[in-house]
Amino acid sequence: MAIRNKAFAALALTSLLGVAACGSTKEDTQKEAAATPAATEEGGAAAGGGEIKEGLKIAFLPKQINNPYFTISDKGGEDAVNAVKGEYKRVGPSDTAASSQVSYINTLTTQKQDAIVISANDANAVVPALQKAKAAGIKVVTYDSDTAPEGRDLFINQAAAEDLGRSQVQLLAKQIGPEGGEIAILSATPNATNQNTWIEFMEDELKKPEYSKFKLVKIAYGNDDDQKSFEETQGLLQAYPDLKGIISPTTVGIAAAARYLQGSDAKGKVKLTGLGTPNQLRDFVKDGTIEGFELWDPGKLGYLAGYAAAALASGTITGAEGEKFTAGDLGEREVGKNGEVLLGPPTVFDANNIDDFDF
Amino acid sequence: MSEVKTRLARWETVTVFLLLVAILYGATTSGEDFLSGGNLNSILSDISEIAIIALPLTLIIVAAEIDLSVASVLGLTSAVMGYLWNHGWAMEMIIPAVLVMGALAGALNGVLVTRLGLPSLAVTIGTLAMYRGLAYVVLGDQAVADFPQQFTDWGFGTFAGTQIPNPFVLFIVLAIVFGVVLHMTGIGRSIFAMGANEEAARFSGIRVKRIKFWLFVVTGAMASLAGVVYAFRFASARADNGVGLELSVVAVVLLGGVSIFGGKGHLLGVICAMLLLGTLRNALTLNDVSAEVLTIVTGSLLLLSVLGPSVTARVREALRRGRGVDPPPTPTTT
Repeated sequence: MAIRNKAFAALALTSLLGVAACGSTKEDTQKEAAATPAATEEGGAAAGGGEIKEGLKIAFLPKQINNPYFTISDKGGEDAVNAVKGEYKRVGPSDTAASSQVSYINTLTTQKQDAIVISANDANAVVPALQKAKAAGIKVVTYDSDTAPEGRDLFINQAAAEDLGRSQVQLLAKQIGPEGGEIAILSATPNATNQNTWIEFMEDELKKPEYSKFKLVKIAYGNDDDQKSFEETQGLLQAYPDLKGIISPTTVGIAAAARYLQGSDAKGKVKLTGLGTPNQLRDFVKDGTIEGFELWDPGKLGYLAGYAAAALASGTITGAEGEKFTAGDLGEREVGKNGEVLLGPPTVFDANNIDDFDF
Repeated sequence: MSEVKTRLARWETVTVFLLLVAILYGATTSGEDFLSGGNLNSILSDISEIAIIALPLTLIIVAAEIDLSVASVLGLTSAVMGYLWNHGWAMEMIIPAVLVMGALAGALNGVLVTRLGLPSLAVTIGTLAMYRGLAYVVLGDQAVADFPQQFTDWGFGTFAGTQIPNPFVLFIVLAIVFGVVLHMTGIGRSIFAMGANEEAARFSGIRVKRIKFWLFVVTGAMASLAGVVYAFRFASARADNGVGLELSVVAVVLLGGVSIFGGKGHLLGVICAMLLLGTLRNALTLNDVSAEVLTIVTGSLLLLSVLGPSVTARVREALRRGRGVDPPPTPTTT
């Protein structure tokens, strides 16, 4: 209840400020924003129940329709919608501008879809349109890229920071073997939020006794620039001749590092892993530069999002924390904090399975 | 006035006809959904910024110039709004500040075109890149989204219980102002005159350079205003706001029957054309036509807008010759 008290205090403070302030500045809205979440927490955990309805109209709105990543994720969504005997549909812009999804949301609202499953190009630009959709009774699920919480009912989170951070260390340790050695990280920019969170979990994972023989010697930053990442990889190998492995938790970094390793003596000796896409790294996996890397499976992401949308639209769940729903082959899933549903541990791509994925 | 009538009897009629076809298409294929108030609202709000920028651009094109930097001024405005907001400025101060900045951006175009005598196409392609670049310098790739509620509510809200979006009401007011200036005042007649024949206009005492300069200033300020509307409507200020919007705006103006060579056009035609663009896009999306096809349609409309008037002009010419009536060439200014 402490939270609620604080929230009330914040509300009171805001209203005071509202009276006192003569202009509308950033500070005002920040305080207002701090006060608002309290209101959304009110919705209790209504018990789920009932069946998934048939014939639900579920529309997928990816960031961009010609993007192979979303072609796969939405194929998963289509499978899920078909499995619950719903009506699947997919629309979306051909560019990724902040605003280009808005007219699609409006159209879907006009068409009275039962649920919209969207990957937002801009976390805020789509919110007013989504709120209008919600007001018209449409359920909103975000996947891959979330919106501000007031714009959606559920977010299907593909990348639980902890899972991604820890599993990359586990993957590299498996590739290097029990003798351990020096390892380095090739990240994006020094202030990249995602990467920094993952790196924190990597460092934490490395503290465990089973990694006592591993030593993180350097975190390099390639700024998500191909050339810079390439040079940083070169620098790492020169500065640490005994380096055993590199983790690059960024798709730009891992590709550049792989290209450098491929043309150097270190190929196959210095293990490289991290986050990347199969199409981008296929050749490196086949020629042995990379043993394995990981990423979530976008198909499963769309699949889970499709089931979540069906459950919401059928009224079996409302999006409150603790509710459970069944997501076909993925089994039962639970709604976590802030209306988030986790996809689960990432998928490892290696020589055995990489040809099953095209994105 | 008869000049207006004969002009309406040409390309604008085709635009109105196309608009009716688009409405009919939407109504027959999507019925209730298309004709609902909510849908009218989304059609109108979708074209808000295009509509606002098309007003001054109509004047510019009638004056036989062009301004392709408008969408970049819109983006720069969004970026500067976000920057100033992050630095604690009050929104009531930011809005006038960015409008002045937009006017200055337009003034730079104007100086380069009128004082240095450079072609406006080249100048504004240059500033198109430059202003967009500046926008990225100012805000980088971040998005500023915590604007005060009352402003974003205005951007997304509707006017006094109707389904007409607030930004569109702003457009209507501006359209009346621009319509009166272009079609009912001496300045408007001067704009037509210099678009038809700059040399002749100058010799008849019209201060061509001065008017052109101010047209660019006004266009900059209006593009900036559209940037403010855009930032509020999407509750998001980003440097890439409105990328590529200049294409739609130019398409709308030309489709509205304004001659790319200057000297001809009517604001009502342009308004019909923007409604046509909005309606057509909306009707097609309601029918689940994919985004690629939508882009092709917009592109074709642009082509049609350049081809159409010249074709209709030739048809008229041919008809006139066929009848053997050869009226003396009327000056475009009446």
